[in-house]
Amino acid sequence: MNLNLTLLGQAISFAIFVIFCMKYVWPPIMGALRERQAKIAESLAAAEQGEQRREEAEAEIATMLQDAKAQAAEIVAAAQKRANELVEESKSTARSEGERLKAAAHSEIEQEVISAREALRKQVGSIAIDGARKILGTEINADSHARVIDDLVGQI
Amino acid sequence: MASTNAPTTTEYIQHHLQNLVVGFHPEHGFGIAHGAQEAAEMGFWALHLDSLFWSIALGSLFIWIFKSAAEKATSGVPGGVQNFVEMIVEFVDSNVRETFHGKSEVVAPLALTIFIWVFLMNLMDLIPVDFIPRAAEAIGIPYMKVVPTTDVNITLGLSLSVFALMIYYSFKMKGASGFFKELAFQPFNSPNFIVQLLFVPVNLLLEGVSLLAKPISLALRLFGNLYAGELIFILIALLPFYAQWLLSVPWAIFHILVITLQAFIFMMLTIVYMSMAHESH
Repeated sequence: MNLNLTLLGQAISFAIFVIFCMKYVWPPIMGALRERQAKIAESLAAAEQGEQRREEAEAEIATMLQDAKAQAAEIVAAAQKRANELVEESKSTARSEGERLKAAAHSEIEQEVISAREALRKQVGSIAIDGARKILGTEINADSHARVIDDLVGQI
Repeated sequence: MASTNAPTTTEYIQHHLQNLVVGFHPEHGFGIAHGAQEAAEMGFWALHLDSLFWSIALGSLFIWIFKSAAEKATSGVPGGVQNFVEMIVEFVDSNVRETFHGKSEVVAPLALTIFIWVFLMNLMDLIPVDFIPRAAEAIGIPYMKVVPTTDVNITLGLSLSVFALMIYYSFKMKGASGFFKELAFQPFNSPNFIVQLLFVPVNLLLEGVSLLAKPISLALRLFGNLYAGELIFILIALLPFYAQWLLSVPWAIFHILVITLQAFIFMMLTIVYMSMAHESH
C-alpha cells in the first residue's frame, strides 16, 4: 500500500466523472422527474375535479328524480280524479237517459191505451147497433141514429 | 505439514495483495514491478495499472448506464433501467436535500457519482478472488487486484478530492477570514481578548487536526473495510475447494451489506462535509 501517482490518476478521473455527471446525467434525470411530478399532480387534481363533478351530477340526478316522481304522482292523482268525474258523469247521463226512455215508454203506452180504448169503443158501438138491430128487427138507419149511438159510445 | 505449506500460502496471499505497478525502477528501468519490494522501490512516481483500469472502467460503466437513462428520461412511464436509475437518483437527491441546505449544482451529482462508483468498485469484491487474476495471468499479466477500493491510493484519491472541494467551498462561501475564524475561535472562545488570544493556538491545533482527519478517516474507513473483506475472501479461498462455500457464501451475503453501507457512508459523509463547508457556524 505505497502511495503513488495512482492517487492523482484517481483524483483526475474522479473530477472528470463528477463533471460529466453534473453536466449530462443529473440535469436531464432531475428534469424528467420534476416534469413527471408536475404531471402526476395535475392528473390527480383533474381526477379530483372529475370526482367532484360526478358527485354534483349525482346530486342533480337525485333532485331531478324526486321531481319526476312527484310529478308522476300528481299526474296519477289528476287522472284518477278525472276518471271518477267521468264515471259520475256517465252515471248521471245514464240515469237521465233511462228516465227519459221510461217517460217516453210511459207516454207511448198511454197513447196506445187511449187508441185501444177508442177502437174498443167504436167496436162496442157497432156491436151495440148490431145487437139493437137484431133486437128491434128493423133496419136502423145508422145516419139517423148516429147521435144516439155516439151518446152510447161516449157512455162506455 | 504447516511448515511446508506456509511459504506457498504466504506467497498466494501476497500475490493477491500485490498491485500491478508500472513505474521507473532505479535499477531495472521503466517497467512492471515484480513483487512488493520492487514496487516499493519505485517510490511515488508509479501507477497501479490494475486499480486505475478497474476504477475507470467501473466509473465509465456508471456514466454509461446513467447517461443512457438520462437520454431516454421523459415524464412518461419509465422503463426498467430508467426506473432503477431514477430510484437511485431520487434516493441520493432526498439524502442531499435532508443534509445539505445550501444551493449548489455540484453536491448532488458529486454524491451520486461517489455512491454508484464506490458501490461498483466495492462490488468487485464479490467476484470470486481467483477468477480475474487467473484469467489475467493466462494472458501474461502477473498481478491483478480487481477491487479498486482495496487500494488506499484510490480511496485517498477520492477523499482528497472531496477535501479539496471542502477547502474551496469554505473559502468561497465564508471568505478567508471567515474560514480562519472558524478554525481559530472554536471550540474555545472567551469575551476576554487576552484569554481569547491564548485560546487561538489551541483552537487552531484542534480544528486543524479535525479538519485533516476528515479526508484521512474517509479514505481509511472505506479502504479498511474493503481490504479486510478481501483478505477474508482470500483466506477462505485457501480452504479445500469443496469446503469454501461454507464460509464464502455467508461472508459474501454479509459483504453485500458492507459494500452498500460503505458506499452510502462515503456519500453521506461527503454531503455532510460539503454542508459544513457551505454553512458558517
